[in-house]
Amino acid sequence: MTLARKGHWTTLVGLVLLGGVYVRAVVFTPVERLQGPAQKIFYLHVPAAVWTELAMVLVGVASVVFLFLKDPRLDRFAEASAEVGTVFAAIVLTTGPIWGKTVWGTWWAWDARLTSTLFLFFLYIGYLLLRGAVVDAGARARYAAVLGICGMALVPFIHLSVYLFRTLHPQPIILKPSAPSLPQSMLVTWLLSFAVFTVLYVGFVMQRYALGRAREEGDRA
Amino acid sequence: MLRVEGLRHAFGRVRALDDISFHLTPGQTLAIFGPNGAGKTTLLKVLVGLIRPQAGTTHVEGGPRAVGWMGHQAHLYGHLTVRENLLFWAALYDVPAPLRRARVDEALRRHGLADRADEPVRALSRGLVQRAAIARALLHEPRVLLLDEPFTGLDLAAAAEFRRLLAQLAGAGRIVVLATHNVDEGVELATDIAFQQGGRFVSLGPRGGRTAGAVAEEYRRAVAGG
Amino acid sequence: MGETLRHAWTLARKDLVLEFRTRTAILSAVVFTALVLMVFNFGRDPSAVAAIDLAPSILWVTFTFAAMLALNRAFQLELDNQALEGLLVAPISRTSIYWGKLAANLVFVAVVEAVGLPLFVLFFNVPVADVLGPLVGVIALATVGFVAVGTLFSAMLVRTRFAELMLPVLLLPFLIPPLMGAVQVTARLLAARPLSEVAGWLRLLAAYDVVFLTLATLLFPHTVEQ
Repeated sequence: MTLARKGHWTTLVGLVLLGGVYVRAVVFTPVERLQGPAQKIFYLHVPAAVWTELAMVLVGVASVVFLFLKDPRLDRFAEASAEVGTVFAAIVLTTGPIWGKTVWGTWWAWDARLTSTLFLFFLYIGYLLLRGAVVDAGARARYAAVLGICGMALVPFIHLSVYLFRTLHPQPIILKPSAPSLPQSMLVTWLLSFAVFTVLYVGFVMQRYALGRAREEGDRA
Repeated sequence: MLRVEGLRHAFGRVRALDDISFHLTPGQTLAIFGPNGAGKTTLLKVLVGLIRPQAGTTHVEGGPRAVGWMGHQAHLYGHLTVRENLLFWAALYDVPAPLRRARVDEALRRHGLADRADEPVRALSRGLVQRAAIARALLHEPRVLLLDEPFTGLDLAAAAEFRRLLAQLAGAGRIVVLATHNVDEGVELATDIAFQQGGRFVSLGPRGGRTAGAVAEEYRRAVAGG
Repeated sequence: MGETLRHAWTLARKDLVLEFRTRTAILSAVVFTALVLMVFNFGRDPSAVAAIDLAPSILWVTFTFAAMLALNRAFQLELDNQALEGLLVAPISRTSIYWGKLAANLVFVAVVEAVGLPLFVLFFNVPVADVLGPLVGVIALATVGFVAVGTLFSAMLVRTRFAELMLPVLLLPFLIPPLMGAVQVTARLLAARPLSEVAGWLRLLAAYDVVFLTLATLLFPHTVEQ
């Protein structure tokens, strides 16, 4: 089976499982008392947010190794991971305001987590734009790796600055997205949805990787 | 000494260097003739370390400090004067500070730039810029001189002058590698001649007593037949 | 190390001579800074928002834009006659090229800031006399971080399409954390509050400088290879 096919099937499995998780979330997991059904969106929102960030870290790690080994496979992986990260960031940035509107009463509140994701989203966009702007394949891989590594190094600074910014401007929000003590059933549902997003990440990256490889072969032929 | 072994390099599908090996000792001048796109510039760029080859090794005795390089471009800043440019490059090539001014003055005189020394480079004609570029490449008295199409832009008198200078340098025990697409230029200077096409040396050997005409004839046959 | 610093200094000095000889870039940057400050003054409702409340943001947004403008030209200088190729061939370390560019950019941005700060004080009637020392300190702390990342990025972007547009898009996400810190610290300084209130931000700024200076020094060679 080709990589693209495998990726295809993995994604399909991921999507079916996601449906399963949502059946569990909607039917078998209790409705959060204060937020109501809007809270259900978190089973989509939170794992996507975690994977947005993990994808950036993986881009950075692949980039570091790429600069040492100059193996084009690492570059292709970094590109794939960045694109999937962008999609996940977009999921976070659309589901966040939907939840925010129902619970906070406002679409956008510069909440710490949402803001960090917005940062990452722009970082990803910049990374992909840079890849598009460099014609020579060797230079493209090196430049992208340099930016990927800097992006990874920026992640802790984003967190720190967003955190410091928030503590200076406490927001009138009692409800916090991550309640410290999640009921057991919610936690299980959440963990399941995280696992499903991991499957989705792997599936997407496999497909994107296969596409990138096919495109390079197309350029060569 | 300059040694090159098994160089290979490709840009995508285009083979720029295909198994190139040679070996030069002081006093030798290698002239590489080839059509545009034969890989001459790539070879010189590998020798100066601008391109890391995909396979093969190069060794220059004395390292980068011993190499003088003249590429297609002059590597001079248009808004600085000729003298400032030369002083800048002399400093980067670690010509000792007390010697720099004297060295630059001498170079300006030798290359006929003394009366234009304090003009910005962008105000000079193409021929004069080329002369300044030659002066720049020779400033640190390199033992290995790599020249890519050095006669471009020189008028007949300046080209003759430059040929004399190269002969003098080779006589003084330097290694010169000269790449050009024009067989009429530089044949008399060469002790060794290579024809390059499609990244390969289709022929490499001492010039012996061959005249420019004979070499040109051979070149036409080699390149057309290869 | 000593050699690297010497070469970096030679390069930085050359850049600054070029810059102050052509003057266009530095003058445009200074005028741009003055204009942005003016735009900010008219871009607010004076009856609703006091200038002093907006002052820290105005100062830093202005400096960020001015720095971006300055960084765009850093490697453009080296495209002149492919001088960058000459630098890469010269027997100097890649680190010295980066540090030289960094130093020249820092001086350039510092000049713009040195003109911008008094204008800012004048236009917005900000009391800085008592906190001038710490204010200059925080400007220096943030500027080093900006310019370290910006110099690295401009080296990559100089040969890409739409470099002038790409630099802000890539750089701004990197500038926001130090920008946030600088604004917070400046606000506390102007409000005559003790710096201990913003110790976290100061640590963030310092850590940012250390991390990105180190990273950029290590990564720079990969942006100029061929």
